[in-house]
Amino acid sequence: MNLDLIALNAEYAAAIDDGRLEDWPAFFTERCFYRITTAQNHAQGLPAGLVYADSRQMLADRILSLRKANVYERQTYRHLVGLPLVRGDDGEALRVETGFAVLRIVRGGATDVFASGRYFDEVVREGGTLKLRKRDVVCDSSRIDTLLAIPL
Amino acid sequence: MTSPITEQPIHWAPGTYSRVPYQVFQRGDVLAMEQQRVFEGPVWNFLGLEAEVPNAGDFKTTFVGRMPVVVTRDEDGEVYAFENRCAHRGALICLDDFGNAPEHTCVYHAWRYDLQGNLRGVAFEKGVQGKGGMPDGFCKEEHGPRKLRTTTFCGLVFGSLHDDVPPIEEFLGDEVAARLERVLGRPVEVIGRFTQGLPNNWKLYCENVRDTYHASLLHTFFTTFGITRLTQEGGVFISEDGGHHASATYSKVREGAETAYAQQAIRAENQELNIGDLSMLKSVDEIGDGIVLQILSVFPGFVLQQIHNCIAVRQVVPTGADTTDLHWTYLGYADDTAELRELRLKQSNLVGPAGFVSMEDGAVGGFVQRGIRAAGGEEAVLELGGHDTQSQDFRATESSIRGFWRAYRTHMGL
Repeated sequence: MNLDLIALNAEYAAAIDDGRLEDWPAFFTERCFYRITTAQNHAQGLPAGLVYADSRQMLADRILSLRKANVYERQTYRHLVGLPLVRGDDGEALRVETGFAVLRIVRGGATDVFASGRYFDEVVREGGTLKLRKRDVVCDSSRIDTLLAIPL
Repeated sequence: MTSPITEQPIHWAPGTYSRVPYQVFQRGDVLAMEQQRVFEGPVWNFLGLEAEVPNAGDFKTTFVGRMPVVVTRDEDGEVYAFENRCAHRGALICLDDFGNAPEHTCVYHAWRYDLQGNLRGVAFEKGVQGKGGMPDGFCKEEHGPRKLRTTTFCGLVFGSLHDDVPPIEEFLGDEVAARLERVLGRPVEVIGRFTQGLPNNWKLYCENVRDTYHASLLHTFFTTFGITRLTQEGGVFISEDGGHHASATYSKVREGAETAYAQQAIRAENQELNIGDLSMLKSVDEIGDGIVLQILSVFPGFVLQQIHNCIAVRQVVPTGADTTDLHWTYLGYADDTAELRELRLKQSNLVGPAGFVSMEDGAVGGFVQRGIRAAGGEEAVLELGGHDTQSQDFRATESSIRGFWRAYRTHMGL
């Protein structure tokens, strides 16, 4: 199971880092929860997110918007994803916690540490593959540099 | 008074608001002067929300320009604010963003302050075993961090360092006060906070907020997906001194309490460009006046937004001549139904550093900052809608940006 979780995160990171953003929603179940928030909001129980989605369609909509509507300087990410820590298993979903760091490379700029944090996941098996029913992206810092376009 | 502008004079034709010399976005001496004349001048600076310090002893730390500030609520129920700088050797007194404490003690040498910022205790004041200690003439009342005047309006806490600042109602004026009250006239709750680091001078963001026509050009989310039309009615109110503004956009289609964004989205001309999950766009006209978007600014660095049902306040904090922190506080009403709260959370996708209609604002100021790097004595051009700073019943105007510069020049004496 751990190898499957590692593979899930590796594929997830590769899709984003390779610019295959259209592949990103498929890592989630149709009904899902995806949020990007901060450790401070998380600790204080504040629910808002920088990104807040409760369906796979909302994730696809975000990618469509990034491709067609939003304006941002050319940039790529490099995800460094830690090893998954299984926190619980209710028979239906695994609760998994995984540390990550994301480097951002903006046109003409340096490679900067853009974000670090933890993924709080609920992972289910769907048709033989693991899917994210929930991914709560909790960034360690409350400060986002310039903008957050590409998902974490 | 000796002018702190030491490098070279800034050439700026008197009374001109449709030209802005780029140097004001670049020079460190200008920022130092802004600290004295703008942020510590006769203005009310936004410090936070009453809801953030509801109980005696609650505190938060924030900034007035570059100045670190502690905001506290004392036992008397009033909100106080003082410079977050120990009167001894200048260290920060308070090291947390939020908390509750009966008093504040500097970690360096344990000078102790009450919740109003009065110095109450000095370590080893009487010496150790009869040796040392403070001289006989040392009087604690004569030492302390600078205190701010504070005032509240619609749950917002403001602070001022100037003796001649007018009462908040007068500072805002009736029109801006009414538009603030329109959104914040009911108890609110904080539902999230984010800080966005902007790679540009703080005034470039103030311009952006008052720029009532860039949205349809830069933020193409709504138009790409056919959610709003440029023909929607709107207008901009600008305060007498130019510094504050409030722009409004009306829903074109008024259908009672439920407006029709979702239906409009379905009617997008290009069927391939459709948002699939429309739940985010089901807006509720909860204030009941058909205004779907209101952006309001209070000079110098406060912004209130109502974008559909997404309500937030933003605080503009300069961190250097060419860097700024923008502090976002997302709000809901205390009596929100679960459905309405969920709608607000979904609509938060529209705003903030990752917002469908705002992420570009995080970068565009940096594009200017980088673009003008070698521009020396050149100037920005702000002539759309004329040269003056009047309120207008349309939004394709730079009038409210000119208003900002009018207030700015008045305060700066430039």
